[in-house]
Amino acid sequence: MAILFYIFGAVAIIAALNVVLQRHPVYSALSLIVVLCAIAGEYLLLNAEFIAVIQVIVYAGAIMVLFVLVIMLLNAGEEVPSSRSRVTRWLGAPLLAAFLAEMLYVIWRYAPMITNVTWESPFGGPKAIGRLLFNIYVLPFELTSLLILVAILGAVVLAKKQL
Amino acid sequence: MNDFGMIPLSHILALSLIIFVLGVAGFLFRRNIITIFMCIELMLNAVNLAFVGFARELGQLDGQLFVFFIIVVAAAEAAVGLGIIIALYRTRQSLNIDDLDSMKL
Repeated sequence: MAILFYIFGAVAIIAALNVVLQRHPVYSALSLIVVLCAIAGEYLLLNAEFIAVIQVIVYAGAIMVLFVLVIMLLNAGEEVPSSRSRVTRWLGAPLLAAFLAEMLYVIWRYAPMITNVTWESPFGGPKAIGRLLFNIYVLPFELTSLLILVAILGAVVLAKKQL
Repeated sequence: MNDFGMIPLSHILALSLIIFVLGVAGFLFRRNIITIFMCIELMLNAVNLAFVGFARELGQLDGQLFVFFIIVVAAAEAAVGLGIIIALYRTRQSLNIDDLDSMKL
């Protein structure tokens, strides 16, 4: 089972690289769907069955359909390279490499290299999640509905013909 | 059971870190506003992966609940953000962020 984790991880990293490197946004969006599905596979391996299903339905389904729809609606073509932001060009890569090295050092130094959690120890199914969601986290859950209502209204108002 | 199915936390966090750094790189170096938005989704997913890894390591479900709420907020954010992108495109006729750097038309 552990080998699957590394296979999914390699798929996720390669597809994420493709998201960043592609010039056309449609190719980026399709690669992003691959990343999301690979991460859903990782969730399955990490005892998060409910989250994995939600990831596929909401992320790879709903959100990415929205993205692809907007790309097609706006007829977005290949991006033209421009050299107006010099700061990110010269400072971005070194700072990013420094961040990567620092965080890798922290993980290597402090995160546990061995674990005794096996795949057989079950939690994270819909029953356990639901029990927690409607007991302790019921107030955030209700606030979420308000947030979604506001988001719907905001999206409609923003995308209207005359602003 | 021997080490069949054991995934150490450090490997999960390393994978999460690599995906996050790729998202930041895309955010910095891409010029298309839609691609930049997708890179934000990439970073959110990296953080979600770290949350699930910690939840598993600590044996507590709260981390997975946080991931649930993050996905909900990401859905709302995608709807509003894409609405903003459409409105921007209507007024500026461009998706390049170098053309979108002023706050007023």
